[in-house]
Formats: sequence, C-alpha cells, structure tokens
Amino acid sequence: MARARSLHTAYAQDLTVFRGRSTRVALAALIVLAALMPYWLGSDWLQTFSIAGCFAVGSISLNLLTGYTGQVSLGHAFFLAIGGYTVGHIANDSSAGVIFWLLLVAALGAAVGAALGPFALRLRGSYLAIVTIGLLYVSDYVWNRWTWFTGGGLGEQPNPPLTIGPVNFAKLSGIGLDTREQGVYLLIWLVVVVVAVLSKNLVRGRPGRAMQAVRDRDVAAEAIGVSLVRYKVGAFAVSSAFAAMAGALYFGVVLRTITPELVTGPQGLFLSIQFVAAIIIGGLATIYGSIIGALFIAVIPELTRRFGTHLPFIGDDKLITVNSFNNVLFGALIVLFLVIEPYGLAALWRRIKLYFLTWPFSY
Amino acid sequence: MSQFLEAVINGACVGAAYALLGLGYVIIFKATEVLNFAQGGMLLFGAYMCYNAHNTWGLPWYLSMVIATLAGALFGLILEQVALRFLVGQPVFAQIMVTIGLLFVIQEGVNLVWGGDALNMGDPWGLTTVTVFGAIISWAYIWRLIMAGVALIAFFLFFRYSRFGTAMRATADDHEAAMAQGVNPNRVYVAAWVISGACAALAGISFTTGSAQLQPTVQFVAIAAFPAIILGGLDSPGGAVVGGLTIGILQNLAAAYVPQYLSWLGDGFDKVVPYLVLVAVLLVRPYGLFGTKEVRRV
Repeated sequence: MARARSLHTAYAQDLTVFRGRSTRVALAALIVLAALMPYWLGSDWLQTFSIAGCFAVGSISLNLLTGYTGQVSLGHAFFLAIGGYTVGHIANDSSAGVIFWLLLVAALGAAVGAALGPFALRLRGSYLAIVTIGLLYVSDYVWNRWTWFTGGGLGEQPNPPLTIGPVNFAKLSGIGLDTREQGVYLLIWLVVVVVAVLSKNLVRGRPGRAMQAVRDRDVAAEAIGVSLVRYKVGAFAVSSAFAAMAGALYFGVVLRTITPELVTGPQGLFLSIQFVAAIIIGGLATIYGSIIGALFIAVIPELTRRFGTHLPFIGDDKLITVNSFNNVLFGALIVLFLVIEPYGLAALWRRIKLYFLTWPFSY
Repeated sequence: MSQFLEAVINGACVGAAYALLGLGYVIIFKATEVLNFAQGGMLLFGAYMCYNAHNTWGLPWYLSMVIATLAGALFGLILEQVALRFLVGQPVFAQIMVTIGLLFVIQEGVNLVWGGDALNMGDPWGLTTVTVFGAIISWAYIWRLIMAGVALIAFFLFFRYSRFGTAMRATADDHEAAMAQGVNPNRVYVAAWVISGACAALAGISFTTGSAQLQPTVQFVAIAAFPAIILGGLDSPGGAVVGGLTIGILQNLAAAYVPQYLSWLGDGFDKVVPYLVLVAVLLVRPYGLFGTKEVRRV
C-alpha cells in the first residue's frame, strides 16, 4: 500500500531538509543540469542566469526577514550596496579568495543589520517599511560623501579574485570552461546552493519556528518565551548578511561596477522592490520559492528583450519601448499574482503536487 | 533675519504641498490601512492633466487647476474600482504591493501619453516678488501656499462637520459599529481614494509650476513626503499637516544654513534632514507625534 507522503507521522519528518527519496533524486538531477548549463548556453544567457543567482541570494535573504519574520524591508538595496562597496574597496587585487571576502562582507552586513535593531524592535508594519526606504535616501548621502570608501559619485570598479583554494573560477580550463562568464555562473550558483541550505537549516528548526511565531503574533510569541530582541534583530542581521553577499556577487562579480546612482534613489528602490516582487511571485516563507521567483524576475525581462520585438506593438519606434513594456509587465505581474494567487508559484506547485499525490481522491 | 524668513516661508510652501500629499496617504491609510504607493502616480496624472488643459487645450489657468483636481479625484475612483476593491480583506502587505504594481503601470501609461521629456508648465502666477521685512518672497510661492491652505481647510471642514465626513471618521474608528449605524464602508473607501486623488493632483500642480519642470520623475516627490506622514503619525490627518510643514521648513532651513555654518557636512545634507528628524522622533514615539498607538493583544 502506498503511503500518503503529505502526512507526517513523526516530528523528525517535519524537520528533514529534503522530504522523501524522489525529492532528493529530483534535486540532484536539477543541480547536475544547472552545473552543465555553461557547456550549452552562450555567455549572454549565462550572464542572465548569473544575475538570477544573485537575485536568488537576495530573495532568500528578504524572505527570511519578510516571509518568515514578517518585517517588511523596502530598502534591501542598501544592504546589497554594503556588499558591493566592501568588495570594491577591500577585495580588489587582494590575494585572498572568495571565501575570505564573502565571509568578510557577510560579517559587515550582519553588523550593520544588527545596528538597525532598535528600529526593527520598535517599529511595525508600514512604519518599518517607510524607515527602510529612508535608508536608501540617507545612504545616498553617505555613499556620496565617504569617497575614501566608495569612490564618490564615480563609484568603484570592483575586481575581486575568484579563487577558492587552488580553483580559479575566472578560468576553469581544467574542465573545459575558459570564459569568465562560465566560471562566474558556477561560482554564483554554488553560493546560492550554500545559502539556500543554510537558510533551510535555519528555518526548519527552532529558530524558524520562533521567527514564524513572531511573524504571526509577536506578543503571543513573547508570552510563550520567544525572545523578540533575539529574533527580530537576529532576522535583520542574518538577512542583511545574505543581502550583502548578494550585493558583493551582483555588483562585484557580475556588473563589476557600483555607483550611488545604482543603489539609491529610484534605481535603488526599484532594485529593492524587485526582491519583494520575487518573493511574492515565488512564494512567501519558502526557500525554493525565493529561487523560483528570482529566476522569474531576472529571466522574463530578458525574454521580452529578445523576443518581444516580434510583437507588433513593442520596439523603439512603436507604441511602447522594451524597457517600458518590462516595467508594465513587472507591475502587472505583481498585481495579478496578488489578486489571483497570493501565495505565489510555490503554492501553485504544491497544489499540483497534492492533486497527483492524492489522485484519484483529490478534493 | 531676512534669510531665516525666506527659508521659513519657502519651506512652508513646499511643506504645504507635502501636507497635501501626506493627507492623501493618511486618508487612505485611515480608511483601509493601506500605504498607497500609487500616490506618486496620481500626482503625475494630476500634474499632466493640468498641463494638458492649460497648454494643449488652452484653457485658463484656474479652470485647468479645477479640471486637473477633478481628474485626479476620478483617477482615484478608477484605481479603487479596478484593483483595490478586490483586495479588501487581503493581507495589508499584499495591498501595499498592489499599489506599487499600479505605480509602475501608471508611470508607463503617463510616459506613453505625454512622453518622457521635461515639459514646461509655465508661470501661471508670474515672476514678481514681494519684500517682507527684507525677505524676498516670490508671489508664486505665496499663491501655492494659499492654494494648499484652501484645500486643506476645505478638507478639514468637510471631515469635521459634514455628515459624510463624520461617517468616514466613524468607519475609521470601528467599521462594524459604523455599519450598524447605516454607514456603507465601501462608499467610505471610495471617498478616501477620491479625496486622495484630488490632493495628489493639487500637490502635483504645486510641485511642477514655475522653474520646476514636469517630467515622470516628479513622482518621487511622493516618496519624499513619507517622513512627513511618519512624523505626524500614519493615521492622523492633522499630523500630516504638522509633519509636512515641519519637514518642509526644516529642509529649507538646512539648505540655507548648512553651507554657511556646517559646511563640512557638504552638499545634499538637506535631503537627509527629514530622515534624521524622522529617526529621532520614531525612537521616542514609534507611532509618530499624533498617531494612534496600536493596542496589541495576544
């Protein structure tokens, strides 16, 4: 008799990272497939997927904060900027490898995130959302003034070493990958996997449950012994550490440039909103949903950029330019998802899976 | 002294426009608890409608202003009807994100109709100045201040004394009790969006006349008004006015005096001032100066 896999009969089942053998096999196949991509795709598509990887790290970080702990941040670009600037200033031309600068960036991000703790503790909901937008405006001044660290308005051109031990990701000739884009793609998705596993580990056990208790009702959580200081400030620290890593990869490795204009004001706000959109489209309070959402956000604009011009109304001399169309599409997707499927693609997937698991008795 | 007076009056003028914007936010927040990011879009629409009526159709200035205000109100109504109506009862976070999505769509819509280039609204109030105690004040500023003042006073009279204003306040207090008294909350939500749209249109006109130019990026003024509403408290209309004026005046004072006395702070410090004030106030009073403290139960 087949066992119903959606029914958990032991606490340990609830705690597992990957449920069931088939999930593990599917995941392994997916990882192998992703690892083989550099052999098949051109460098422009690899670049798109590298950006998607950076967004995935950023979305996971925001999901820990917003999806699990219920604290909305509309200023995540600020934390990414910390990562980007740190890499640009410290890791340039140094000999220490990826692990060194990623850890350094994460530590700095965590410190800044924890320093914002008093706000996280005292403010709720919309008040916190607005203060995080304020971060973008205050940091604009800081990035422009601290020229010794940020290079002022011209910004920095980061060029960090891409080595882990003896492996140099900028040139993986040993396995037949000569271009930088191929190595960068592998490096970034390696980080995504590490961050995803770390996050999953964080949310599946005691801290994750505490965070969700804080999200659902913080006074009640406090009453049953969850320390609000620890989990509200902690969520900010962990989230900004991962966000700083995402920024180090995005600005430091993929774009290789960072200026105040990119991370503050309208562009910074747009970047921050993209992460919120990614976790909404992917699914709040799911780790794999964050990755799906990030892929969605990064790949869809690229698709319209490439194939959209075949449509009769998109193009520079037609009704609407590609960029404008992407903006409309982005806005419309957010609205549609929230109106039709508020729990995102992850919920859609879950429903389809449940339908087949319980077939033919799916109600 | 004259420099001080100039900074205060010019600041009050900008602050009054912030107050209008802030009032728009607060009215919607009070009725539905939604922080309306599409306010910037409504501001754009109102300002462009005014431009259209005055420069394209050649209507007189004051008539154009009225048309733009009515168009802004209608626009608020449409937004409520096509999107937000379906979200009543959804999590607040979702509703906020929907308004952000709407903002993107509106912004590109405006871009499509009027183009992305900077347009010139003109100088409807002329370029003459008046000297008060040695301070040189532009008449345009004074007119803008009067315009915002009239709109604000009209709103508060309506909100305080009219039957429907009372219904709005009752719904904000306790919408079930208001329903029991025969108030239709849906009409209150619609009214909130209508008022907000009209306020945003007026603020948009105020921000784009004279030397300021009209282009889609003007919408970010709406985000600059956030400190004003947080300072006053998200659900206090009076607080929005106090917050708007405070932020406007402090920002202008900083712009006037920082280069003189605190030059090491450098350019752009005046843009940070609202947020520093905000931070200081929030650490002492997390719900703003006049905001209602949330009652939290387990």
